[in-house]
Amino acid sequence: MHQARFKGRLIPFLFMAPTLAILVLFLYYPVFQTFKLSLYRVAFLGLRKKFIGFANFVDLFKSSAYLHTVLITLLIAGAIVVIGLSVSLAISVLANQKVRGARVYRLLLIWPYALSPAVAGVIWLFMFSPGFGIVNYLLSITVHIEPNWLGDPYLAVILIIVVSIWKNIGYNVVFYLAALQNVNADVLEAAAIDGAGPWRRFRSITFALLSPMTFFLLITNITYAFFDIFGTVDIMTKGGPIDGTNVMIYNLYRDGFQYYKTGFASAQSVILFVGVIILTIIQFRTSGKRVYYGGA
Amino acid sequence: MRRKRSHSILTHAALILVVFLLLSPVLIAFVKSTQTRAQIYHFPPVLGFGTSIVQNYKTAWNEFHLGTYMKNSFIIATAVTVAKTILSMLTGLALVYFEFPLKNVVFYFILFTLMMPTQILIIALFSLISDFGLGNTYAALIMPFLASATGVFLFRQHFSSISPHLADAARVDGAGPVRFLWSVLIPMSWNTIAALALIQFIYMWNQYLWPLIIIRQNARQVIQVGLRSMTAQQDVTNWGVVMAGAIIAMLPPLIIFILLHEQFTKGFVLGKEK
Repeated sequence: MHQARFKGRLIPFLFMAPTLAILVLFLYYPVFQTFKLSLYRVAFLGLRKKFIGFANFVDLFKSSAYLHTVLITLLIAGAIVVIGLSVSLAISVLANQKVRGARVYRLLLIWPYALSPAVAGVIWLFMFSPGFGIVNYLLSITVHIEPNWLGDPYLAVILIIVVSIWKNIGYNVVFYLAALQNVNADVLEAAAIDGAGPWRRFRSITFALLSPMTFFLLITNITYAFFDIFGTVDIMTKGGPIDGTNVMIYNLYRDGFQYYKTGFASAQSVILFVGVIILTIIQFRTSGKRVYYGGA
Repeated sequence: MRRKRSHSILTHAALILVVFLLLSPVLIAFVKSTQTRAQIYHFPPVLGFGTSIVQNYKTAWNEFHLGTYMKNSFIIATAVTVAKTILSMLTGLALVYFEFPLKNVVFYFILFTLMMPTQILIIALFSLISDFGLGNTYAALIMPFLASATGVFLFRQHFSSISPHLADAARVDGAGPVRFLWSVLIPMSWNTIAALALIQFIYMWNQYLWPLIIIRQNARQVIQVGLRSMTAQQDVTNWGVVMAGAIIAMLPPLIIFILLHEQFTKGFVLGKEK
């Protein structure tokens, strides 16, 4: 950071005032309120509030339904992160080959970034519909099965994972391709001359050099899998069948806005918030500031 | 030489396969958006274009109010994109080109908001906006998103990479900070501006959970939640019309992405690599 160039002590605050005001009003204050509400039992529409200490948290930790929700969330997030990043990296390495039309291929691989989780959900809901969906038609004429994708909790979880991976591949490939272009070709060539095979070169040079980017994508993909997945789940399964896809953010929405258990839902917000804080600390410990906003 | 050529043919084949797999859901959606209800429920499935393209898109736009939802999404996405870019730029200017007390505190104050995704604040945010009497308004959809750490840090990082002598020269010439921002910094920041605009527009266009909660009037609802209402009654759903809705809903962010993706890479993605 270089030296300041303009004089004035009040002017900078004038420039920052709108941003700081928004952050206080719409982020810091709601965080404070969320923590506060998590200690209350709130009657419908917030008309009556009763302080109950940590009872909401105790109820949550004792509830096997909530434990199930947490496990499903971790399972879905783990699959989205591990499978999604592996597939994206493979595609990026492929797209990084020097072939004619590389720029066109690139655009044709990254466009899903612009899709919303809801649009992805609508399209896949239709494709996987029993009876008239294209997927079950293809399965029935080839292997003679017609799974009821949205009627079976395990199949529904798999479907949510696949849709989410598909939707996020574009995002991952943009970042991996940029990182791959900075991998020095000379180093790879030198290793090849020394007799390192392609897999060895990939593992010990390319993958190692990509690790800061992998780490950045790990964090953004976890956030995506925990929060942005809401649209896909709401459109495709509404958390079902039999709560099979009832991830934490969906459960929070249901408790807060369908059952109007404001305090109980706030406690779930606090748990998610703690998760985000832990993730952020790990991120800063492991790689410093460069992961989030480059070398600033 | 021959080995190289066969290798490149294999690469093309693999790339085409991957591109096709990624694209196929949207291609299917487009083809189905042209079919009548009878063509969609026909067995075996009809894989060619149908005869209902104009009818389906008209129905989605008028009877399912997608026209209204699109207008609303366009208003909130544009408002947030423009306002957030300006506010982030001003904050970046203050952080890089001024010296002021508690600068570090301000910096960390902004930094910490990276840990506060709106999705986990919905309960408190809902009661706050309701207390303001702003339910069912554009303001409810716009105001909470007008500031972000991402935008501030993107500009802070970019401004820091610009030679400080330019600011000295500007000051010697008698230009104030606003003039300097307008005539020196902005012309040098188009990649960053485009990158942030793309991120924000797509982020706002794809908003789902917050509008679902805070907007209870169709006249103010956004496109993503509009799509949700189209699929609500599955048994009687006319899927051709729903697919037309999905295609309509994905077009604006897709167009912006195709136009700006190179600036996005230069202004944002490569920043992660420095």
